Amino acid sequence: MKKYSAFAVAREALRDHIGWERAWQSPEPRSKYDVIIIGAGGHGLATAYYLGKNYGIKNVAILEKGWLGGGNTGRNTTIIRSNYLQDPSAAIYEKARSLYENLSQDLNYNIMFSPRGVMMLAQTQHEIRGYKRTAHANALQGVSTEFISPQKVKKLCPIINIEGPRYPVLGALWQPRGGTARHDAVAWGYARACSDMGMHIIQQCEVTGVNTMNGKAVGVETTKGTIVCEKIGIVVAGHSGVLADMAGFRLPIESVALQALVSEPIKPCMDVVVMANTVHGYMSQSDKGEMVIGGGADGYNNYSQRGSFHHVEETVRALVETFPIISRLKMLRWWGGIVDMTGDRSPIISKTPVKNIFMNCGWGTGGFKAIPGSGWAMAELIAKGEPGPLAEDFRVTRFREGQFIDESVAAGVAH
Amino acid sequence: MLIFECPYCGVLTDETDLAAGGEAHLKRFGPGSSDDEFESYLFNRENPKGIHFERWRHVNGCGKWFNVARCTVSMEVFGTYPAQTLEPPAEIKDKISEKKPGWKWKEFS
Ligand SMILES: Cc1cc2nc3c(=O)[nH]c(=O)nc-3n(C[C@H](O)[C@H](O)[C@H](O)COP(=O)(O)OP(=O)(O)OC[C@H]3O[C@@H](n4cnc5c(N)ncnc54)[C@H](O)[C@@H]3O)c2cc1C
Ligand SMILES: [Zn+2]
Repeated sequence: MKKYSAFAVAREALRDHIGWERAWQSPEPRSKYDVIIIGAGGHGLATAYYLGKNYGIKNVAILEKGWLGGGNTGRNTTIIRSNYLQDPSAAIYEKARSLYENLSQDLNYNIMFSPRGVMMLAQTQHEIRGYKRTAHANALQGVSTEFISPQKVKKLCPIINIEGPRYPVLGALWQPRGGTARHDAVAWGYARACSDMGMHIIQQCEVTGVNTMNGKAVGVETTKGTIVCEKIGIVVAGHSGVLADMAGFRLPIESVALQALVSEPIKPCMDVVVMANTVHGYMSQSDKGEMVIGGGADGYNNYSQRGSFHHVEETVRALVETFPIISRLKMLRWWGGIVDMTGDRSPIISKTPVKNIFMNCGWGTGGFKAIPGSGWAMAELIAKGEPGPLAEDFRVTRFREGQFIDESVAAGVAH
Repeated sequence: MLIFECPYCGVLTDETDLAAGGEAHLKRFGPGSSDDEFESYLFNRENPKGIHFERWRHVNGCGKWFNVARCTVSMEVFGTYPAQTLEPPAEIKDKISEKKPGWKWKEFS
């Protein structure tokens, strides 16, 4: 693989860009691999990358039914933060955030990580108490956050109306090291690095069956034929229930639609990410100048990648009160993704009832921020067959044990 | 926008008048049940890509719970029926079979 560098850009500029290589190969599947990862979203690709990088396991195929990064990884609003309440969450999200800081260098691919700061507005007394509690918890966890005054909110984000009659801003939980990254680039960067290690990324290859023998995984059926393997990692977000059904077990997960939309591009007016959880809305400005807006998830099971219009309407209505400046903006694009929700709004990184099948799912509305940490933890689980310290609390059996990692109370919205 | 006919009031009502209540026909397990049964009842869900039987409440109407048979991919609604039933009515099952031969859902299909 040729390295990307300033020198390479200059060299190619002088010769009509004829020297760029394909970023990753598109091989035909072999009949056998050591590990098969199902789903080439950020979490699947990161899992494969750290399997190779941290454990030297490189005989790996990543099977994708559509195109890589075409699921939620390419549909999210890219908020990266680690100001969660519970210790296991803080550990894995902070691991991910810190890996994001050097990910461009690590992958030799510009993922445009922008630690511009994330603020979560407190717009009710209940939220003030909740966020102060989170700030204290974060201090103990070694995650740097602080509770700030409405005046500081206004200073950091002048376009906010802090005196809204219905939703006054009473303060905010501020994480200066949170921010955004380019979602596609995260998938593409990991894919390029995996391909460079000799791993096979096989797109347009849907897994249609999971083959087991004596309670143990032995391979998968796909639209490109049967493939044999030692271990399987299922990393398919909204389709987790479908794959679990193929493997013969059920999950504490329901798939629902989450939507986002972007406006026409305008001049830079907002250089932080703002989340308003009471009204289920959040907003940031992309490098192109578009206002990127997301809302709450729908309440009913859905696999159609389309959500309900009235939900978006509610989000935008509330945001217009908090950001009056956006009231005349035209919206350019609007889309949905199918997110995998667990009861405690925390993910599952776990062994399963079938030996050698491992699940990574349940990231729901907020897993983009977790991609590097999740891949790190999942690679350890697959390589060793047992969870490491980052993953063990996220085992699927926590539900029957009553050991929830409850993040649903901490924040109504969890992007 | 999902539009259902409330089986109690007989009116067509849309999502803004309704609250979604998740999977229908859950079998309740309480004290004395095994851990497996309790876990399955409380947490594990069918979550199918296809036919789903689910509960909705007509909150901004009569306030009652009812069940809906719906496809989670095409959003086609196969019918609504009162919540006080252990299984979907035969006519709804027939209607589904016509469109999706071979569909399955838990113990009835
Ligand atoms: C609108 C929206 C906004 C969001 N905003 C944020 C945010 O601001 N911050 C944040 O942290 N998170 C956010 N999220 C959540 C985040 O996008 C997801 O948690 C994350 O991208 C999940 O990544 P993944 O790799 O697990 O899944 P995906 O990227 O969905 O990848 C799963 C892949 O599996 C493939 N697949 C499925 N079935 C099969 C099969 N049978 N065979 C082969 N392949 C299969 C799919 O095609 C897909 O490509 C948002 C999500 C949405 C929808
Ligand atoms: Zn009614």
